Amino acid sequence: MSITTRLVAVGLMLAACSPTAATQPSPTAVDQTALETPGQRPQQSGPLSGGSADHTKFEVLQQTFTTGPEVTEACLSCHTETGQHFMRNIHWTWDYVDPETDQQLGKRHLINNFCTNARGNEGMCAQCHAGYGWKDEHFDFTDQTQIDCLVCHDGTGNYYKTPNNEGHSACSVMFEDMPPLDLGEIARNVALPSRANCGTCHFNGGGGDNVKHGDLSTALIDPPRTLDVHMDAAGLNFACTACHITKQHLWAGSRYKVIAKDTEGTGLPGERRDVATCESCHGLSPHPIDSVRAFKLNDHISSVACQTCHIPEFARGGVATITDWDWRTAGKTHDGEGYHEHGYTQGNGEQRYTYKSIKGDFIYAEDVVPEYAWFDGQMHYTTIDTRFDDSQQPIEVNHFGGTRADGDSRIWPFKRMRTWMPYDAGNATLVYTHLWGVDDTAYWGNYDMGQAIARGMADFGLDYSGEFGFVETLSWWPITHMVAPKEDALACRDCHAAEGRLAGLEGVYLPGRDHNRWLDLIGILAVGLTLLGILIHALIRLFSKGEQH
Amino acid sequence: MAMRKVLIFGRFERFWHWSQMVLIVILMFTGFGLHGFHNLFDFETAVTVHMYAATALLILWLFSVFWLFTTETWRHFLPTGRGLWQVLRFYSYGIFRGERHPYRKAFWRKHNPLQALAYLMLKVVLFPLIWVTGLLYIFYFLWRDIPLATTWLEAIAMIHTGAAFAILAFAFIHVYMLTTGHSFREHVAPMITGFDLVDLNPEEEAYLEKDQPAMIR
Repeated sequence: MSITTRLVAVGLMLAACSPTAATQPSPTAVDQTALETPGQRPQQSGPLSGGSADHTKFEVLQQTFTTGPEVTEACLSCHTETGQHFMRNIHWTWDYVDPETDQQLGKRHLINNFCTNARGNEGMCAQCHAGYGWKDEHFDFTDQTQIDCLVCHDGTGNYYKTPNNEGHSACSVMFEDMPPLDLGEIARNVALPSRANCGTCHFNGGGGDNVKHGDLSTALIDPPRTLDVHMDAAGLNFACTACHITKQHLWAGSRYKVIAKDTEGTGLPGERRDVATCESCHGLSPHPIDSVRAFKLNDHISSVACQTCHIPEFARGGVATITDWDWRTAGKTHDGEGYHEHGYTQGNGEQRYTYKSIKGDFIYAEDVVPEYAWFDGQMHYTTIDTRFDDSQQPIEVNHFGGTRADGDSRIWPFKRMRTWMPYDAGNATLVYTHLWGVDDTAYWGNYDMGQAIARGMADFGLDYSGEFGFVETLSWWPITHMVAPKEDALACRDCHAAEGRLAGLEGVYLPGRDHNRWLDLIGILAVGLTLLGILIHALIRLFSKGEQH
Repeated sequence: MAMRKVLIFGRFERFWHWSQMVLIVILMFTGFGLHGFHNLFDFETAVTVHMYAATALLILWLFSVFWLFTTETWRHFLPTGRGLWQVLRFYSYGIFRGERHPYRKAFWRKHNPLQALAYLMLKVVLFPLIWVTGLLYIFYFLWRDIPLATTWLEAIAMIHTGAAFAILAFAFIHVYMLTTGHSFREHVAPMITGFDLVDLNPEEEAYLEKDQPAMIR
């Protein structure tokens, strides 16, 4: 019952927003027994596993809590420094300044080519903020009692969150009739975060199951070995924090700061490296050298990311990802009411929406072969401040560089997301769109994009020309989860072939793929002419006077 | 002067020749497979076999070089212009007229001038081209961080492939030559039994009969 409840809640919160949604079976409701059986085996959380306290015995938790912040205060009464630690991480700040590019990043500021922007839509989007009650600019980021400990540490599976403001009535109806929370029971049963805890938000980014990343879906709550060799519920059973190791509530491994090429490996004996790279566990020579094959594979490490061979496809395990999104068709209604259409049945049998009035059209894909490119780990974003040349479409919401020669890059797999999204056609910038709100300008309710953009920009004092259009955008998502078992990794010929996966990749000589046309031509001609010469010589011998000796 | 059957290809030389042949055939098949000309083997099998065969061939060549110099047999491969024209003329003209091959094997000159030149070029040009580039290729991991490494690698790969084409052409001509003059079987036989007809001077004949009776029939 427990995890199912959570998933129903998440599904309702994130997957759909329309009057009919509440009557639909939840698209993320999963068979309950399948989830609970492995749940009894504790997941591996890396160095933190074990534990030294039983929270059911804590006196401060023997009470009835009526609000989340009350629970947080109880937590902080023992974990005295944790609040200060926690308030530094991006789950709380949603704010990150790239030290290399000085770009202002973080969910609080960025525009993505899914639901476009959290900014101004916190009433809905900040359900995935690890705090309580962020609905507008007045949220107090210095108040540690507003930290939501339970969303990550709930061990019962019963915890859920609802939007921080109710939004338009067309959407808020979804969140009625949720079962009441027993916060005391949940507080007494806190645990290290399981995959389901992290997945509450990270598996549902972009507005639904696996919509955004492609390699993070609810299929990873209870994955078989074939889906992810580390998270395999019946095997290694890694929690997310086994790799994303944690120190004072700061996590290793971030999309904002990618280590595209780890040259340190496991570090010194006993040394803890606070990184989430494959090499930090597997070392710099990960294939045991027992053959020429293994030797050559280790040779690839300097130029090929582990993920490139070991994640042959993403969006595996029966949950699709969205690869194309068209906001141009959003806003169609039936008699003024929004609606949605099913049109895609994914591998696990669930229906996915291919059209929603509030979002437009979607294209789904499963078992997707990634795009491959040299990647130096540094992302550059098109932010709200970036003016671009809209005659040069598609516009890359994020882009990256990297070459064979720069020493930092390796060949990485990516999900490519293509979206037609609203922009300021006068200023050639992306826009903040006011999607969720209790007012009459929110797009999710009144379906007027012009008003929603005008409001979204005006709220933050941003210049808006008043003229919007739609721009074709791309975004790039490094693929790093859904690591397949070694027997399913790519074979040499997948790349070492004329029409292989790396057919378009430049900057490297790839045997089996690369040929010098002239050399081959001359070589074949030379051998061919030799044979022809031999043939002619032999024929003349045959038909001339004959040989004596 | 007497034509006698003399042991001109010793046991090691025959072993060298045939194992070299087998290894080169293996290297040709796997190499052109890796190059993308055929798909008879999967890539990793081809790489593995190619690497092992190349290693074996390099070891064989180490022994053969040692053997050539310690036994003084390297002198058979010294280039000479004497008689070269006649041999060339024979293959391009005389052979069609039914003429007799102008060359007679001598005890210290078992290859005709054209053969000696061809084998010498193989040993000092084509083989070094392929093994030097092959070793550079294998040890790419040691120098891959130098500037323009992939450009160098591509050039090395081109030389390696080009040399392979040339060796293939050589092999075809080499085999075809066995059909000229004597029958194919008679031409191959010396490399199996070791014995071939050699024009001996009386001193050589006397020496062999007295001191090396096993080498003369």
